[in-house]
Amino acid sequence: MISHIAILMENQPGALSRVVGLFSQRGYNIDSLSVAPTQEPTLSRLTMTTSEEPEVINQILRQLFKLIDVVMVQNLTSAESFSIELAIIKLALNTEEVKKIIDGENKISCNIVNETEGFTMFEVKGESVAIDNFLSSLKDQEFLEVTRSGQLGMTTGMASLRTNDQTKISYD
Amino acid sequence: MTSGGEALIKALADEKIDIMFGYPGGAALHIYDAIYQQDRVQHILVRHEQAAVHAADGYARSSGKPGVALVTSGPGATNAITGIATAYTDSIPMVVISGQVASYLIGTDAFQETDMIGISRPIVKHSFLVQSAEEIPSVVKKAFHIATTGRPGPVVIDVPKDMTDPNHKFEYKYPSSVYLRSYPILGESDANEVKEAVKLLKSAKKPVIYAGGGVIQAEASEELIQLSRMVGCPVTNTLMGLGAFPSTDDQFIGMLGMHGTYEANMVMSEADLIFNAGARFDDRITNNPKKFGIAAKKIHIDSDPSSIDKIINVDVALQGDAKIVLGQICEEFKNASYDKSNLEPWWKQVKEWRNKHGLNHDMLNLPNQSDIILPQQVIQSLYKTTKGEAFITSDVGQHQMFAAQYYKFDEPRKWINSGGLGTMGFGLPSAMGVKFAFPEETVACVTGEGSIQMCIQELSTCKQYGLPIKIINLNNRALGMVKQWQDMQYSGRYSSILYEDSLPDFVKLAESYGHVGIKVEKFSDLNDAMEECFSLKDKLVFLDVLIDPDEHVYPMLEAGGSMAEMRISKKDRTF
Repeated sequence: MISHIAILMENQPGALSRVVGLFSQRGYNIDSLSVAPTQEPTLSRLTMTTSEEPEVINQILRQLFKLIDVVMVQNLTSAESFSIELAIIKLALNTEEVKKIIDGENKISCNIVNETEGFTMFEVKGESVAIDNFLSSLKDQEFLEVTRSGQLGMTTGMASLRTNDQTKISYD
Repeated sequence: MTSGGEALIKALADEKIDIMFGYPGGAALHIYDAIYQQDRVQHILVRHEQAAVHAADGYARSSGKPGVALVTSGPGATNAITGIATAYTDSIPMVVISGQVASYLIGTDAFQETDMIGISRPIVKHSFLVQSAEEIPSVVKKAFHIATTGRPGPVVIDVPKDMTDPNHKFEYKYPSSVYLRSYPILGESDANEVKEAVKLLKSAKKPVIYAGGGVIQAEASEELIQLSRMVGCPVTNTLMGLGAFPSTDDQFIGMLGMHGTYEANMVMSEADLIFNAGARFDDRITNNPKKFGIAAKKIHIDSDPSSIDKIINVDVALQGDAKIVLGQICEEFKNASYDKSNLEPWWKQVKEWRNKHGLNHDMLNLPNQSDIILPQQVIQSLYKTTKGEAFITSDVGQHQMFAAQYYKFDEPRKWINSGGLGTMGFGLPSAMGVKFAFPEETVACVTGEGSIQMCIQELSTCKQYGLPIKIINLNNRALGMVKQWQDMQYSGRYSSILYEDSLPDFVKLAESYGHVGIKVEKFSDLNDAMEECFSLKDKLVFLDVLIDPDEHVYPMLEAGGSMAEMRISKKDRTF
C-alpha cells in the first residue's frame, strides 16, 4: 500500500539529507519525494510516498519526528486528504496528434505547452495512479521524455501541517 | 574581542566543561592555539582519535556530564567515527568537535578533507557545520542542549579552519539557554497512561520490572528502587542498566538477555506483566520477538517515542523522562491498596529457578580446585578485592559478560561498557575518562588479550597523565566469544581466532610504557596477585591472567527461540 507522509522541517542546509538518509539507513523505501520552501521562509514542506506496511509507517513517522530539523510530520493516508501530481511529457508527435491522444481523458487534466521541430510537450495533472495509467496507455508511443513531480498532498478541513511557532531558535 | 578558536574554547568553559580529549592536526591548529592560551579547559592528548572519543564517553558515563572530544579533519575525523557510533548506540551525551578544511576548500578534495557531516550523519543525534565564526557560541550552546536532553546522544560540530582564524575577531557572548521549536523535550507522561500502568501493576500476579540504561541516564535509580519496593516484584537489569537497581538486593534476579541469568530469563518468559523502564527491547534481550513475553501485558517507559512499539508492541506506552514518569507512577501507586503477599507464589517459583541454575557466586571456593583459573573466578576475586566499589570498564567479548554476571554493581554509573555497538578497544580509553572524572576512585578495566590490543597505545597516555588504572586481562589466548560461537555452531572450526604465538609479553609491554606488569598463571596465585595489583595505588598495573581457554559463557539464549530457551552449560539446555 502506498502511504503519503507530509513533513514540515527547518529550511536549512543538511536537513533534507537527514530525512532521505533516515530512509536508507533504516531500510525504508521512498517512492517519490517533493520538497520546497513554504511561505514562511525558515520552513520547508516535503511530501513523500512510500510503499511500506502501515505498522512500519508509524515507526517511520516517529523516526522522522525524532530528527532535530523536523518540526512536524503527518500521515496523509490515514486522514482525509487531497493529493495531486504533475507530469511533463514530450512525444515525437505534432500538436494535432497529441490532442487526439489527450482528448477524452477525464481522470487527468492535460495542457499542451510547446511544439518544437515536431516534438510536442504537454503537462498532465492528476492523481498519481491516474498518471500511471495514462502513461501505460501511451506505451506504443515513442516517448522522448517524461518527468514527474512526485505527489503533493494536504489534509482537508481544519487539520493542518503548520506551526504557530514563528521562532525557529531563541536564546536567553 | 575573540577569534572563532577562542570563542569555541570559551564557550566550552561557559558550558562548565573543564576537560576534553583530543589529538591535534592541521585544520584544528587555530583551536589548539586557543587552548594553549587559556587554563579553564584542560586538553588531554591521547594516542588515537578513537580513544579520545571513548575517553570522553567514559567520562560522560561515569559522571553524567557531557564528554567532549576534539579531532582534526580527514583521518582525525574518520578515526573518531567508531567512538561516536559507540556513544550513539548507548545514548551517551557527548560533543565531538572536528576540524574541517577551510570553507572555501570544501568540496575540492583538499588535503585531509572528508565530509564529516555526511559520514557521521547516521550515528549522531545531530550535527552542525559552522557557517560563520560569529555563530560558534550559539552552535556550541545548541550542541550541548541537544546532546544532554531527551534521549541523550553525540553531537558533532564540524569547524572549517577559516572559522577559527585568529585574525578575525568579534564580540563574544554566550547564551544562557536555548529553545528550538523543532526539538520538544518530553517530561511527564500522560496521566491516564500512568493510571493504566498502575492498574496493571497492581493486578499482576507475576510481574517483573526490567530496567535499562535509560534509568541511569535519567538519574532515576531512586525512583526505580522506590517503585520496586512498593510492588515487591523481581527486578532485572539489562547490560546497560546494571547498577540502576542494586545487584546485591534480594529483589534482584540478575541481568537478563543473551547471557542473562537463568532465573531472569525464565521470569521474563513466564511473567504476566513486563514493566520496562528505560530499556528498548533490544534483540539481545528479546531473542525472537515473536516468542517474547507472549503471556505478558507490557508497559514501556522511554524518552524516545520511536523506541516504543519498534520491536515489541506494548499495552501502555509512557513517553517521557524516566525519573519523572517513575515518580508519577510511585505517586499513583500509593493511592490505592495493594497486597505484596499476593506475589508469594511467584517468588516461590523464582527462587526455585534460582536454586536450579543460578550463577555460582562462590567460585573462589570450588572443591577440588585445580590450578587452572576460570574467568569467573578472576571477576569474583576482583569483586572481593575492590569490595564491589570500583568503577569497572570493560571491553567486548566473554570477559565483558563474565564481568556483567559476576561483579555485583550496587550503584549506577559504576559499570562502563559498550553495550549496544559492542566496540572492542573501548575498555582502556573509557577507563581513562572515568579516572579523570573520579581521580580518587578505583578504576579497573576488565579486558581480554584481543580487545586490549585494539587501543593498547593508550598505555602511553596513561603514563603521561599518571593514571593508575588496573587492567585485568582475561587472557585465554584466543578471540573467546568468537571461539565459543565456533564451538557451538561451526563444529569447532576455529577460523581466524588464534594468534600463533604472536601475543606480546604483556608484562614487558606494560613495563616498556613505564607501568607495572604482573602475570598470573595459577589459581593459587590469583588472590594475592589481585591484592598486589590494587595495593600499588599510584601505578597502572597490567594484570595478565592466563585463564582456562575452553570456558564458555552461560547461560546463553538459543538463537531464534524464546527467552526460556537457553543453554545452561556445554551439556545442559532448557529446550
